[in-house]
Amino acid sequence: MAKTDKRVPMNHVIGFVLSLVMTLVAAWAVIGSNLSTTWVIIFIMILALLQAGVQLFMFMHITEAESKNGHVPWNMMFHGFALAAILVAGSLFTMSFGFDHGEHGNHGGEGEQHEQMDSEEHSSH
Amino acid sequence: MAAEELKTGPLEYRTQEGRMTILGFWIFLGAEVVLFATLFATYAVLFGRTADAPSPMELFEPGTVLVMTFLLLTSSFTCGLAVHEMRRGNKKGLTLWMAVTLALGLGFLGFEIYEFVHYVHEGASLPSSAYWSSFFVLAGTHGLHVTLGIGWATLLLIQISRRGLTNVTSRKFFIISLYWHFLDVIWIFIFTCVYMIGMVI
Repeated sequence: MAKTDKRVPMNHVIGFVLSLVMTLVAAWAVIGSNLSTTWVIIFIMILALLQAGVQLFMFMHITEAESKNGHVPWNMMFHGFALAAILVAGSLFTMSFGFDHGEHGNHGGEGEQHEQMDSEEHSSH
Repeated sequence: MAAEELKTGPLEYRTQEGRMTILGFWIFLGAEVVLFATLFATYAVLFGRTADAPSPMELFEPGTVLVMTFLLLTSSFTCGLAVHEMRRGNKKGLTLWMAVTLALGLGFLGFEIYEFVHYVHEGASLPSSAYWSSFFVLAGTHGLHVTLGIGWATLLLIQISRRGLTNVTSRKFFIISLYWHFLDVIWIFIFTCVYMIGMVI
């Protein structure tokens, strides 16, 4: 089937509407909702992953029998995504875990003593 | 290779060479995922380290960001329509939808440039803090990809207008459509991780 006769590709339209809705829901969660910060972040990250899925599966022809499914190197794509996750999570874990740079940004990386003092300060409040 | 040429199916998949080139482009996209992952990791680690520069919360405007997102999402959709028209053998339809895609891409770039100029005027530029360095490098790398994509697609449209839809031009166009959708995938994460999270923390 070289030429599809459908004038409008429905899966593209559905994907487009889905991505618009997910963008608006994410914006609403950030601007309009009363959810706690943690839940907002978890919620919009899930939406982002779903939207990436919409692009990959509905727009990018990632599954397509016409190429005998030989056009996507699944192992390498998986490798890419796994590396991306390790890079981001690993960097955050090694550089920022247990380190509150929001309020105490000037302490630099001076180590446990400061953190201990900080937590004592917090508990005495 | 030509001996293996298929008689049916989308033009871009008919030769072994076409299928392998598309496979190779997916490998490139896998490498792009890792490139952007390093920039996202840098951004995440440097988040909050704004020094004396304004914080992202003060500068980010939900309106501008949403307009940029909708421009890019729509351009991804029209790019998909262009590939659909290509597979129907409709060169005019392909050119029309790709022209719309490029116009939307240019609109996106315009907003991004406006946004960057605005931030610099407010005192948040590349050298003003670790946070803003990582922000401009991350968003700027994406913007550079969009710019390159616009130039690439323009040249390809000229080639298609001269040579028509062949195995080779179809394969080239299919590949740039993958590139364009991929830029949208990256933007979704910039939208979420940079702008949306920057507005809640």
